[in-house]
Amino acid sequence: MWKSRAFEALIILFAFLITLPLFAIIYYVVKTGIAQINWNFLTNIPQPVGELGGGIANALVGSILIVLIATAIAVPLGILCGIYLSENSNSKISYWSRLAVDILQGTPSIVIGIVIYFWVVKPRGGFSALSGSIALAIMMLPIIIRSTEENLKLIPSSLKEAGLALGLPYQKVILRIIIPCGFSGILSGIMLAVARVAGETAPLLFTAFGNPYLSTNLLKPMQSLPLLIFNYATSPYDEWHQLAWGASTILLIWVLLLNISTKLITRKWKVQL
Amino acid sequence: MEIRHFFSLRKVRAEAAFKRTLLITSIVMIVIALGIFLTLLVHSMPSIKALGLKYLWGKTWDPVSNIYGGLPFLLGTLLTSFLALIISVPFSYAIAIYLGEYKTTGWLSGFLKNIVELVAAVPSVIYGFWALVVLVPIVRTIETKFGVAPYGVGIFTASLVLAIMIIPYAASLGRELIRLTPSALKEGAYSLGATRYEVLKNITLPYTKSGLFAGLLLSLGRALGETMAVTMVIGNSNMLPANIFAPSNTMASVIANEFTEADRTVYLSALIELGLLLFLVTVVINIIGKAVIKRFTNE
Repeated sequence: MWKSRAFEALIILFAFLITLPLFAIIYYVVKTGIAQINWNFLTNIPQPVGELGGGIANALVGSILIVLIATAIAVPLGILCGIYLSENSNSKISYWSRLAVDILQGTPSIVIGIVIYFWVVKPRGGFSALSGSIALAIMMLPIIIRSTEENLKLIPSSLKEAGLALGLPYQKVILRIIIPCGFSGILSGIMLAVARVAGETAPLLFTAFGNPYLSTNLLKPMQSLPLLIFNYATSPYDEWHQLAWGASTILLIWVLLLNISTKLITRKWKVQL
Repeated sequence: MEIRHFFSLRKVRAEAAFKRTLLITSIVMIVIALGIFLTLLVHSMPSIKALGLKYLWGKTWDPVSNIYGGLPFLLGTLLTSFLALIISVPFSYAIAIYLGEYKTTGWLSGFLKNIVELVAAVPSVIYGFWALVVLVPIVRTIETKFGVAPYGVGIFTASLVLAIMIIPYAASLGRELIRLTPSALKEGAYSLGATRYEVLKNITLPYTKSGLFAGLLLSLGRALGETMAVTMVIGNSNMLPANIFAPSNTMASVIANEFTEADRTVYLSALIELGLLLFLVTVVINIIGKAVIKRFTNE
């Protein structure tokens, strides 16, 4: 019996040790970063080394734009593919498509960066925010497809059959009945995908590239929060480290809030069937 | 009559167009996945042709004198990933067992589950920055005590960060699978007088063995491809690592560092070949992992 008790204690100890690094990271980042954040920090662009002040407006605007465009590309594609997979779960195309989605999910983000460099950056002759968005969109696709597929499969087929029996065309049955029923699950997939790519750095290194100035031109290089953190954190200057801590705080809060609100939303909007 | 015919034809056409769009999007996924492979293959051709197989065990990486050997990066990747895996296993399995067996419901397990998900959500660049500022000095003091060169950065530090980052993958999968253990088996053991520990050791863990192994594979796949956190703390040295405290480089980190600087075709191509290798290895690991899970859940 004592063995059983001791083992349980050991399991509990090891299981809860994971909270230590998480809280240590959140505490350290927020403690160091929060002092940086004020109105100027959010509305100015970084100053050259040696000058005080400066902010991360370029990275903030860039991150929001790049992620927005990526979402606009990935959401329709992902949902449509998810519908196909849940509707034709046994077809040959579905088998290969599912395998492809698995492969995309496992592909290291840096590899996606390389590939988009050859697909978009090189033919266009320069780094651009758009290429960064495309890279992030490819990373979002597997998450959105999988959550759409899994959620639509749970919807009873009687709903679909009732719609078809009433003479509704197929696309209306899908778009007006099936999708609204699975909406909360699909939405949570989209939000998780956004949260995941918002912090991605590796695919942006060779695509969006970064930009010390504020730019909203999608066809030009653009800064983003993770890129700024990476570049400034690895620089030897103290002022830049401070800037990176501020940016980390904002990015961390952004990503964690997205994750937590996803949970709350899915709990609240869950359709009872 | 003709108008009705026209309308129904339009309806049929709209339906067909919708179905075709669905089909096309799922073909697009196949095209993207194949495209990634082919792009990597085509662009690593110059290096495969010029360097051949000996690229894989060449010990020197010196782009200035046009010498390319990938062994330091292969070794760096394997060392960091497996070390991270070994460090993470006790923690991820403890979480899986706790959430899957000891406390499946209740606020405490809900809390732990959320914590694990948040650990997976923290961006890797933030892990890297934190490790660079907090972990590196700690490792440096440890290294001084052990009497090895106190770089602070290196394989060991990178493995520590990686271990934290990959715990959620094996933990959440393990939890799902442990829950699938048939309760009839467990109840049978309990009725024979087995303690909880004995049930875990003799029933649950043997039953979920293959699933837990799959969780390890998925964690390993993550660790191999992780770029930013590793790049920031591994020290970026292109030499063969002398021990696990030495600075090194992984395949992903050397790509991140040198891709935009590679000015020669063979240099760039050698980096892409590393990307191709990384892609193939992670794909194979993921597919095996998923296949094991599928077989397990179907049984």
